[in-house]
Amino acid sequence: MTDISGRSPSRSALPDGPGHFGRFGGRFMPEALIAPLDEITREWEAAQADPAFRAELDRMLREYANVPSPLYEAHRFSRAVGARILLKREDLNHTGAHKIRNVIGQALLAKRIGKPRCIAETGAGQHGVASATACAYLDLDCTVYMGKVDTERQALNVARMQMLGAEVIPVTTGSATLKDAINEALRDWVTTVDTTHYLFGTAAGPHPFPTMVRELTRGIGDEARQQVLELTGRLPDAAVACVGGGSNAIGLFTAFVPDESVRLVGIEAGGDGFETGRHAATITAGEVGVLHGARSFLLQDEDGQTMESHSISAGLDYPGVGPEHAYLADIGRAQYVPATDAEAMSAFDLLCKTEGIIPAIESAHALAGAIALAREMGPDATILVNLSGRGDKDVHTAAKYFGLLDENDRAETDG
Amino acid sequence: MTVIDDLLARTRAENRAALVGYLPAGFPTVDGSIAAIAAMVEGGVDLVEVGLPYSDPVMDGPTIQAAAEAALVNGTRVDDVFRVVEASAATGAPTVVMTYWNPVERRGVDRFAADLASAGGAGLITPDLIPDEATEWERASREHGLDRIYLVSPSSTDERLAMTAEAASGFIYATAVMGVTGQRQETSSLAPELVGRLRKVTDKPVGVGLGVSNGAQAHELAAFSDAVIVGSALVRCLLDQPDEASGLRAIRDLATDLRAGVERD
Repeated sequence: MTDISGRSPSRSALPDGPGHFGRFGGRFMPEALIAPLDEITREWEAAQADPAFRAELDRMLREYANVPSPLYEAHRFSRAVGARILLKREDLNHTGAHKIRNVIGQALLAKRIGKPRCIAETGAGQHGVASATACAYLDLDCTVYMGKVDTERQALNVARMQMLGAEVIPVTTGSATLKDAINEALRDWVTTVDTTHYLFGTAAGPHPFPTMVRELTRGIGDEARQQVLELTGRLPDAAVACVGGGSNAIGLFTAFVPDESVRLVGIEAGGDGFETGRHAATITAGEVGVLHGARSFLLQDEDGQTMESHSISAGLDYPGVGPEHAYLADIGRAQYVPATDAEAMSAFDLLCKTEGIIPAIESAHALAGAIALAREMGPDATILVNLSGRGDKDVHTAAKYFGLLDENDRAETDG
Repeated sequence: MTVIDDLLARTRAENRAALVGYLPAGFPTVDGSIAAIAAMVEGGVDLVEVGLPYSDPVMDGPTIQAAAEAALVNGTRVDDVFRVVEASAATGAPTVVMTYWNPVERRGVDRFAADLASAGGAGLITPDLIPDEATEWERASREHGLDRIYLVSPSSTDERLAMTAEAASGFIYATAVMGVTGQRQETSSLAPELVGRLRKVTDKPVGVGLGVSNGAQAHELAAFSDAVIVGSALVRCLLDQPDEASGLRAIRDLATDLRAGVERD
C-alpha cells in the first residue's frame, strides 16, 4: 500500500490502554460518554489496521486537501534571522491550515461508524470551517458551536460555515469563547451520541482524542522529516510549532520524538506578556489539573476554576493544552516557551516582507520562536518551522494591529 | 454504616424512596443557599446534595449553569461550600457535595476529603470522575469515611455497571436519560431498564435523577428506585421567584409535593 505521508506503521508506545501519557491524559468525562468513547477507540483502531480505510484517507488527503504539503526553504527570511529556516507549508492545504488532515480523518471515521451527524467546537472559526468542509465533502450533517464573542469578531468565518451547509450555534454561557463552545458541544453530544460524532478539533480532550488527532496530524512531521533529509541530507537541529490545544505541534513533533538530536520547541501564546497575567501560556504558567476530559496543564485559579486566556491569536486562545504536550514537557523531551503578541506580529511582518507569505497569526508565534532560536543557535543551525496556516483570516486583526485601517474601518472591524 | 446507609435502610423500612434535593452553594448568596437548603429539608428532602459551582459544568443544563455562574460571579469559594455543607448537615439531613473533579484535585484530594468530613459531609457525587480514574479518591474517601457516589447511564455496558457499582458506596446515581440536568415533561422509559440492569449486578441502593420536577414523576420513579434525585426544578424555584421569601416558600412546597410522591403505593 502506498502511504503518501511516509508514516511508519509502528505506533508510539504511549498512551497506555486507558489513554495516559505518564501522569497526564485519561478520561475525566461523564459515564454517559464512556461507551461512545470506547466505541470510537475500537473503531479507530480497526480503521487504522484496515488498509482500505488508510488508502481511502490518503487518497482524499492527496486529491482533495493538497497533502503532502511542500517544504520550502525561506532564503530571505533565513538571512534576516541568521539561521537556515525551512517552512512546512501547511498553509497551502485546502482550507488553509493543517486542520483539514484531522477533520477528513474523523469525518471518514464517522461515516465508517455510521454516524450521520458531526458536531464541532470552534474558536476563531478555522476548525469550524474545516469541519463544515469535511462534512460537505462526505455528506454529513454539521453543527458548529462557537462562543458568541467569537461569532461577532469572526463574522466572515460564520458566513463561511453557513455557506458550506453547517449550522452555527452561538454559545452565550460562561466567557462565551472556545472553552464554553466545547462545553456546549459536550452537552449536545451527551444527548445525541447515538447519531452524532464529536469532531474534536485538537489533540486534547478525553482518550482517544489526543491519540487519534496525533495520528491524523502526524503526517506533517513524517513528511517534513523526509523532505528535510532529501533537501539537506540531515535532520534539522530544531523543529518549532505553535501550541494552543496542540494539534499542529504534536503533528510535527511525533516523527522527531525518537531523534534525540532534534530540539522540539512549542511556542505558546504570551499575549500581553507573561508578567501581565494576560496570556495563554498554559504549560509555561499553568498548573496540573483536569479540563475537558483530560489531566494536563491548565490556567486555573486557587479553587480550580478555569481562568480566561488572552492572545491576539484566537487559535491559541485556550486555557488548556493536549496531555501529550504536558508529558513531553514533563520528561524534558520538548520545551515550551511563550512568544508575546508583539513578538508574533513582528515575525508576521518579517515573513510577509521577506517571503511574500502572509502567515496565520498562530503560525507567526512559531516564527517568533524560530527567530529567538536562531539568535541562540547561530547561523549553522537548521530550524524547521511548521507554517500551520495562512493568514487570510487574520488580515483584519493584523491590519488593525499595524494601524493600516482608517478610523471608520477600525470601528467596523473592532475586535 | 454511613449516615447514607442508615437513611436508605430507614426509607426502605418505611416503604418509600428517599428524596434527594440538589442546590448549588452560593446561589443566590452563601447565606441564601443555606436558607434554601433548610427550606427543602423542612419540606421533606431526606438527603442534600450541595453543588460546588464550577466554571465548566458540562453535565448541567441551562438552569443549573445559570445558578452556578451567578454563584461564581458573587464570589463563592470552595471554602464557602464547606460552610454550606456544615449548615446543611446541622439540619440533620445527610449531606453530600456534587462536584466536577478539578476543584477537588486542585485543593488536593486528601485535603478536600478531610475538609468535607470535618464539615459533616457524607460523601461526593462526581459527575466527571469515573472509577477508572479514582484511585486517589478511593483511598481518601475510605480514610475519611466518605461515600463515593458515581453516575451510571443508559449507555453504560453491563460490564461497566458492575464495575461502577462495585466501586460505589452510599448509592449509585442512575441518570435516567441521555442528556444534561434539567426538567423534562415526562419521565424516561430508559430509567426502569437501567435500574433493572443494575439490580442484576448489585444489591447497593440506586438513586434515579435527571429530569424529575414534580411529585407525580417522583412517584413513578419511587416504584423501582431507592432514591429520587431532584435538582433543576428546585433551583428553578429560586430563579423564578421575585424575592427570597417567595423562593423559599416555592422550594418548601415543591419538596413537600416531591416527598409525598416518593411514598410507594
